[in-house]
Amino acid sequence: MSSDAVELQPAAGDLVSAAAARGSLVLEVVGLSKDFKLGRGEVLHAVRDASLGLYRGAVVALVGESGSGKSTVARMLAGQERPTAGTISLNGKPVHLANRQAFRRYKSEVQMVFQDPFASLNPAHTVRYHIERPLHLHRSSLSKEQVHKEAVSLMEQVRLTPAETFLAKYPHELSGGQRQRVSFARGLAAEPSVLLADEPVSMLDVSIRLEMLNLLDDLRKRFELAMLYITHDIASARFFADEVLVMYAGQIVERGPAEQVTQQPAHPYTQLLVSSAPDPDNLGGMLRDGGKRERPGESAGLPATNACQFSSRCPFAIDRCRAEAPPLLQISSSRAAACWRLDVAAPSLVSGEEGGGDLTS
Amino acid sequence: MKAEAGDLVPMSTDTTDQARKPGDPLLSIRDLSVAYRTPAGDVHAVEHVSLDLHAGEIVGLVGESGSGKSTLAYGACRLLRAPALITGGSVRYQGRRMKHPAEILQLSPEQLNSMRWREIAIVFQSAMNALNPVLNVRDQLTDVIHAHLQGSRAEALQRAGSLLDLVGIPRARLRSYPHELSGGMRQRVMIAMALATEPEVVIMDEPTTALDVVVQREILGQILELKNTLGFAILFITHDLSLLLELADRIAVMYAGQLMEVGTASEVQNEPSHPYTKRLLRSFPSLRGPRRELTGIPGTPPSLLDPPPGCPFLPRCTEGTEACTRIDVTLAQVRTSPDPNHLTACPFVLPDSSEAGTQANIEEVRR
Repeated sequence: MSSDAVELQPAAGDLVSAAAARGSLVLEVVGLSKDFKLGRGEVLHAVRDASLGLYRGAVVALVGESGSGKSTVARMLAGQERPTAGTISLNGKPVHLANRQAFRRYKSEVQMVFQDPFASLNPAHTVRYHIERPLHLHRSSLSKEQVHKEAVSLMEQVRLTPAETFLAKYPHELSGGQRQRVSFARGLAAEPSVLLADEPVSMLDVSIRLEMLNLLDDLRKRFELAMLYITHDIASARFFADEVLVMYAGQIVERGPAEQVTQQPAHPYTQLLVSSAPDPDNLGGMLRDGGKRERPGESAGLPATNACQFSSRCPFAIDRCRAEAPPLLQISSSRAAACWRLDVAAPSLVSGEEGGGDLTS
Repeated sequence: MKAEAGDLVPMSTDTTDQARKPGDPLLSIRDLSVAYRTPAGDVHAVEHVSLDLHAGEIVGLVGESGSGKSTLAYGACRLLRAPALITGGSVRYQGRRMKHPAEILQLSPEQLNSMRWREIAIVFQSAMNALNPVLNVRDQLTDVIHAHLQGSRAEALQRAGSLLDLVGIPRARLRSYPHELSGGMRQRVMIAMALATEPEVVIMDEPTTALDVVVQREILGQILELKNTLGFAILFITHDLSLLLELADRIAVMYAGQLMEVGTASEVQNEPSHPYTKRLLRSFPSLRGPRRELTGIPGTPPSLLDPPPGCPFLPRCTEGTEACTRIDVTLAQVRTSPDPNHLTACPFVLPDSSEAGTQANIEEVRR
């Protein structure tokens, strides 16, 4: 049961995204990378060779810790950051944001919702300004009256009613949840086909997070949005997304259907992430094993650039992991993980049978 | 009941003279009310809250932002300043190093100073802001030690080193400045600082909220390990109920400045009594088990400037009736619970809220 276990193949074009079942491919990203120069010749590889697809009416979740590069991916998709390498295609056509017109055309299709509703709205302007500005910019054929009408209808879509009252308010007069609704309405104003939501609920109170996610889900259905949901909360990704991509140190280390990835994680990092999430069904669980868990890789130095970035914290790491970074290896038709040690880390998934594939019940 | 300065014996760890009877709470908050004076009127941030903390216990205080959970904890330590005003209540503290209980709200500033950090320490939410950016870890730790304990420089330095050992940070980091540490390390330094004087109560105000789940779990594990070795009690403030269910012995649920429910973690999870607690339990997606239908809680908390009469949760409550506008929010024992310490502020609802039971209950109260 060693080297001649099933040899997994790098995931190529035949990996089917779990989100593809919902609708057609809208935004496709292939081999996206972003390096930041740190000075003195040092380079930070913020995103390494990331590929993903967003589909009409489907949610793809990008999960990872802070600094894993998930927001950098979103910023590149939003056209705010220029990729070092890789291509972005919208509806099959490669995107070149060479000039302002091209940028604006792209933005009318791809909109973003930011994490902090307190920072993302201009305190000097009313809600009306925030909603009508994208209408003017991206739908310039609308008459003044139509803009007014559209603004009211958008407010109703995000359930801020009576719309006229809310349109007249300033951001400071709104609660966090109401502000985030305004951000959603602003994002929808351009009638985009893609919505990039960067931690859209993590600044909100627990009691209203669910309501906001349900609203997003509702908007996704109604407008057939292709959505990228960026979060550090893998439990909410399970609840909300069709496909989950797990990012670690700039690389997508695992991808697959949300239920499968969260219930039977393959990559050792995903396993760590899942086991670290609070488990309300495990009453007093922490008290029982009171800190007896080993602390993974606290002081270990950074791994070499060409090594598996998780190898310094990984309980399964071998020499190969420290010498050669694994590509995404295909586990099933819709799942892949970047790990050389999957036969040890997740034996039931790679045992050769059509293993572990069917968890969706 | 005014305590004398001599009551506090800062350096002695003599435990033979125990005035506190076993079973008595270490910290007893009674009827505490705190208001913020604003030009528009008083904001009633904390209203008649009573809560006990026993030795070695972890009590979780959960609530939304603005529910008054931090104000309650800081008010109990008199750490608030104007425009906050403690408008009533009492806070009794009796540590094992003290001969007599102290009424914190009546201590003189000097008495308070000798007790703060020595007896009750705090781990603040934002370690980045709570640590001084221009002092290194060593200076910040020895500063606390010098301020609250006697001893030489060398002893303080030695102690600072062993505190870092305690929280699992290499001693070489004594020379590091806060910006050179990761978020998790900074939070560990905060914990080391809180433990520098071996306090009996540690108030933790969202200590892991800004951290990643993996680091969060490491830190919580470490806190529990330290608690088990050193035996302090923890008042753990958070908005994350799912975390508390796993961590706390008892949970106090706060809403709009008042306590809605107090009970053991298992009671709160398995037999929640207050509608707010029930809705809160259905507000977070769970990673394990079957996928549940999740609803959240539509609506927003009431303004505390001019709170509506009766139950503050009524506008968001699906089980509320007209009678709820007339109730006086006080904690009472959950009638169906065998545990006399399972308390709820909702007089109408039975733990499993069977429709018939609810209706009968309302009729009973109305009469």
